[in-house]
Amino acid sequence: MSADFLYGIEVVLNGLMAGVLYALVALGFVLIFKASGIFNFAQGVMALFAALTLVGIMEGQVPFAHLINAVFGTNIHHFGWQVPAILAIFLTVLVMIAFAWAVQHFVFRHLVGQEPIILFMATIGLAYFLEGVGDLMWGSSIRTLALGLPQGGSLWVEEMTNGLGGDDFYGFFIDKLDMVATLVALVLVAGLVAFAQYTKQGRAMRAVADDHQAALSVGISLSYIWVLVWSLAGIVALVAGVMWGAKSGVQFSLSLIALKALPVLMLGGFTSIPGAIVGGMIIGVGEKLFEYTIGAPYLGGATENWFAYMLALVFLVFRPQGLFGERIIERV
Amino acid sequence: MPDSKETLLEVNNIEVIYNHVILVLKGVSLNVPKGGITALLGGNGAGKTTTLKAISNLLHSERGEVTKGSVIYRGEPVHHLSPEALVKKGVVQVMEGRHCFEHLTIEENLLTGAYTRRDGGAAVAADLEMVYTYFPRLKERRKSQAGYTSGGEQQMCAIGRALMSRPETILLDEPSMGLAPQLVEEIFTIVKNLNENEGVSFLLAEQNTNVALRFAHQGYILESGRVVMEGPAAELRENPDVKEFYLGMSDEGRKSFRDVRSYRRRKRWLA
Repeated sequence: MSADFLYGIEVVLNGLMAGVLYALVALGFVLIFKASGIFNFAQGVMALFAALTLVGIMEGQVPFAHLINAVFGTNIHHFGWQVPAILAIFLTVLVMIAFAWAVQHFVFRHLVGQEPIILFMATIGLAYFLEGVGDLMWGSSIRTLALGLPQGGSLWVEEMTNGLGGDDFYGFFIDKLDMVATLVALVLVAGLVAFAQYTKQGRAMRAVADDHQAALSVGISLSYIWVLVWSLAGIVALVAGVMWGAKSGVQFSLSLIALKALPVLMLGGFTSIPGAIVGGMIIGVGEKLFEYTIGAPYLGGATENWFAYMLALVFLVFRPQGLFGERIIERV
Repeated sequence: MPDSKETLLEVNNIEVIYNHVILVLKGVSLNVPKGGITALLGGNGAGKTTTLKAISNLLHSERGEVTKGSVIYRGEPVHHLSPEALVKKGVVQVMEGRHCFEHLTIEENLLTGAYTRRDGGAAVAADLEMVYTYFPRLKERRKSQAGYTSGGEQQMCAIGRALMSRPETILLDEPSMGLAPQLVEEIFTIVKNLNENEGVSFLLAEQNTNVALRFAHQGYILESGRVVMEGPAAELRENPDVKEFYLGMSDEGRKSFRDVRSYRRRKRWLA
């Protein structure tokens, strides 16, 4: 095997794992869109907020410290303890569930039966509100996530594959964090699919996704199901926030990953959980491979910024429901 | 006719307004006796569906509300309850146009009907078998996505799904819609069997007056949001006005819509 070919494979592998990170964000969109028809613009901010909350809890930071100090004239910042990661993750999940409940109770409960565009606007409002709350609660400085996730290239993989393609090839460079992210994402997706397919609540979730009125008529509580999907989306956001946060620090720009998820959704379909994963992988591999083979040599590089959107555009023209989007059932 | 005169469901003079302005029901009252089949008849836009939805509390999501009157189930006012609370009380609606969950299989559809039940998997499995004995066709198609089954099968699925909640009363909206006459007959026969064997009471909204009055015990006729006539099904069937306006028959045999006299008489009747 020639070294060039092997480097190509390395690009594909790295693309696959970058794709998984996109997919993690897209997954949150899919969950909420499928069950409620709401395109949740706030998904990226939810990932940021979840990551901020996790860091804040782990470091024993006092939430709303600035506000408390301003009102009561105190000067507190930290509780003075460190919370172990497992417990902090558990508490963050609780916060995300509380957030899901609040969103349903204070916003969407009052917007039942409204136009999709109105629901979409509400999520934009929600995104900026949550961003503000995140700032107020935990401050706006860039944080590092000390979860102890492995970082850097995997020496083991590099050594194992060193010399495969002759002297020019030094082995695959694969980021350990990407490997962890891939594993976590696969477990998460398998869990979500099993939940949707084989449990009573999962079945109810799919029923609600199909027909709100009919779900109501058989006694499924829409509010309950919506709190459930927003909670699941919150948990997915937490995982995405952790993975992206570990990569590039927990900071405001984390919320912009939502935009990276859009082409993934166009490709995979807005209503398919496996579609989000496969779509993410295609985008990941596609943009890396395009950059490697055409972008860098001929177009001056930086094609990764726009390639995904072009691909999504092409897909929109030829297959608007995406690869795995639910087929619109039309009986003849 | 059912012997018991116990009233299960009582609708007292309800008024329903959509979007705060459109008055759809202008004081509808009716009684559904235990163990009977009660038909709610009338043309398009008469208010049949709205009446059923006012009872099952499905109006809210369509921006409608009951502004006057009351709905009493077993002596208890229920118009403030959520649809799921009502399902738990034993009242379930089968909506007009089937409304199966298209992407779920027939069996999954039926199982969603048991969502509110808390009596364990064995009881649910037993009821699934019960539904399959009434609707053998559903058993054949139980692994197919509901969206790909025929209209008749979807109607059966919708009724079966309602049965899975172990209801005391089923509000059945327009079961004949879009079905061949033979299938309509089949569905109504099953409704009758369910009524007799399982003791389920039905409130049935139907445009097909002929079939409905053959299977029902008593009926109400709705016109523009008001009850204009009520009585035992047999009597309604013999009523000359019903015969003329709903069954398309008169003393002189079949009549044409162009008949001006009939139109005038109907106008007077409605006023």
